[in-house]
Amino acid sequence: MSSYGQVYVENGKYRLKGDFHHLTPNMPIRDKNDNWRLLGVTNPRDMTYIHSYGGEAVFFESLSKGKLLGTRCENPDCDYKGTAYIPFRIHCPDCLGKNKIEDFTKLAQETGKIHTFMVCERSGAFNALDKPIKFINIEFDGISTILMSYLSLGDPKFGMRVVPIFRTLDPTYTILDLSWVPEGTKASELPEGFSF
Amino acid sequence: MIHFTDKQLKIPKMQRPVYLVTAGQSKFDRAMPDKRTEELCVDALTMAADLANMTPAELKGYIHTAYYGHFADHFGDQLLGEAVIHDRLGLDPLGNIGVKTGGATGGSTIWEAFKAVASGYSDCSLAMGWERMDEVPTDEGNFLISSAADKDWESPLGHIYTGYYAVMAQRYWQIFGKSEDSFRKTLAEISVKHHGYARMNPFAQAGMKITVDDVLNSPVVADPLRALDCCLMSVGAACVVLCDEETANEFAKKTPHKPLRLYSAAGSHTLRPADRRDMEIPLLPHESKDLYKDLAERFPGGERYPGFSGFLAARMAAYYGYGMSGVTNPMDDLDVLELHDAFTISDVQTYEDIGLRPYGEGRDYVESGDCYHTNPKTGEPGKLPSNLSGGLIGCMHAVGATGIMQTLEVATHIWNRWAEIHGDDKLWKKFGRTKPSDWTDLQVKGAKRGMAISHAGVGSHVTSTILMDPDHLLKKD
Ligand SMILES: [Zn+2]
Repeated sequence: MSSYGQVYVENGKYRLKGDFHHLTPNMPIRDKNDNWRLLGVTNPRDMTYIHSYGGEAVFFESLSKGKLLGTRCENPDCDYKGTAYIPFRIHCPDCLGKNKIEDFTKLAQETGKIHTFMVCERSGAFNALDKPIKFINIEFDGISTILMSYLSLGDPKFGMRVVPIFRTLDPTYTILDLSWVPEGTKASELPEGFSF
Repeated sequence: MIHFTDKQLKIPKMQRPVYLVTAGQSKFDRAMPDKRTEELCVDALTMAADLANMTPAELKGYIHTAYYGHFADHFGDQLLGEAVIHDRLGLDPLGNIGVKTGGATGGSTIWEAFKAVASGYSDCSLAMGWERMDEVPTDEGNFLISSAADKDWESPLGHIYTGYYAVMAQRYWQIFGKSEDSFRKTLAEISVKHHGYARMNPFAQAGMKITVDDVLNSPVVADPLRALDCCLMSVGAACVVLCDEETANEFAKKTPHKPLRLYSAAGSHTLRPADRRDMEIPLLPHESKDLYKDLAERFPGGERYPGFSGFLAARMAAYYGYGMSGVTNPMDDLDVLELHDAFTISDVQTYEDIGLRPYGEGRDYVESGDCYHTNPKTGEPGKLPSNLSGGLIGCMHAVGATGIMQTLEVATHIWNRWAEIHGDDKLWKKFGRTKPSDWTDLQVKGAKRGMAISHAGVGSHVTSTILMDPDHLLKKD
């Protein structure tokens, strides 16, 4: 019985447990219209990447706790001091100083507004979202950037007020743990595992 | 950055002029199960030799360095593919390097080769690009393409690049297109035009005689965009050969066409549209600040620049390119264009970024008939025809080759060799394609100057490649 590959860090080193790849045999590719002559082979690959969130890890961990973090440059010598960012930026793009982490959950709840959106009928392999996917880009008062995410309930419109919801039950620790619903949505209507 | 210093805005000044002496490309198709990539690259280089009246070995004898554009090596599961191609082209032990900038890879490859020649490092450089997107099933292909978005913040959202791109289209559609049926129809006309021109191009994979209604009735991909609004997925290769003046003069003794002056420039912007900050619109030579003072009144919601509706990278590529080559107004100074029509709507957005029309008024370039080979309103030649190859929608989008194919297409017009190359019955036959009975010569008569725009991602990298007949330059060196 195989188990999913798991990774933890000890003494600054990755420690691996379980199966990280599965051997699938390659198969010939042949031409039906030409006496089934050989054209090539399939090369199956099933691999697991080991990825560090680095300085953004706190952002992804906080989603599972119902918090939306962003950052702000507070370098007094920066020409753009005070500029606030969601998506989270570890460093100020202007002075490259380390930004201060701020909890913008309340700001998002009170000022989140759809800047633009797209209802997408298609998805790529390994998609975990229900289709159609309602992509939304959300602007917030006082934030210099516009966050991309997805709407879980209702139909998106320009200027529509939306509030964040968080996958606090069985979080994936990915950006999928953050979603949005129209302002006024009741807690009972939220998708399974999500809360305000 | 949202403010730029004079040093950053410096117009590039090259050490010496650079010329495009010849170019070649393979057939383009959705899949080529019977060809290795190196075979496609050999096809492209062989065509470049043919056009220069040389054998491949003679042409290779000039090449001093090679620049290879190949974006998605994860499709092919082969790193250092450049070394494979370089060896199969028999160019060892010359220096070579791979270039990767998403959809702009072809243009960026030319940018690099251009600098090699301009600096004096090489007297002759090859810029060759290729892509094959037939090596995985389509949904896995979409997954791999979505890796070009931010892996933590964007790609997990459906692993579908169209979704990240089309939010910008939606914004443009509602703010500048005002969600009008007439604008939707204009977008459809772009698709009709590009599929239609592709019918005259034996290299193109999606020539189609279609109507506006066909486009409007094709399956929805991401509203308002439909299947026929979107670029192709392709396999193929293309190359150009760039030289200094002395070497170009040697070529000129053998080739039936003039070496063309080539200028190349590049701009950039954030990988995630999410990170775009509000800024002032950088102006092109023919624009004044007044042009945009009431933009937000005319287009409510259009006050943010570039917001999600413009491409700063394209604007900057045009700014540097026009400055280098002396273009003051592209509508007056250029004769033919190849633009990066990833989607019909991004084609319109690009018209504004590169100054064919002011921001907000891109649709007029189509609606006036200026973009056509023959203006359907007047029956006269279009003022500045674009994408006569069929572009990414009708001809191909073999990513690493795309910007190079575009440059080749522009060159064929300035050489006055468009009909000879695209009308060649033998070529149609060789590619297994039927030359239409109503095949039309799309040569832009008297073309002296043209430009190709190569564009990556949601606008992370954009290049402008400007070609000119050396007897019709706009600026002294
Ligand atoms: Zn700063």
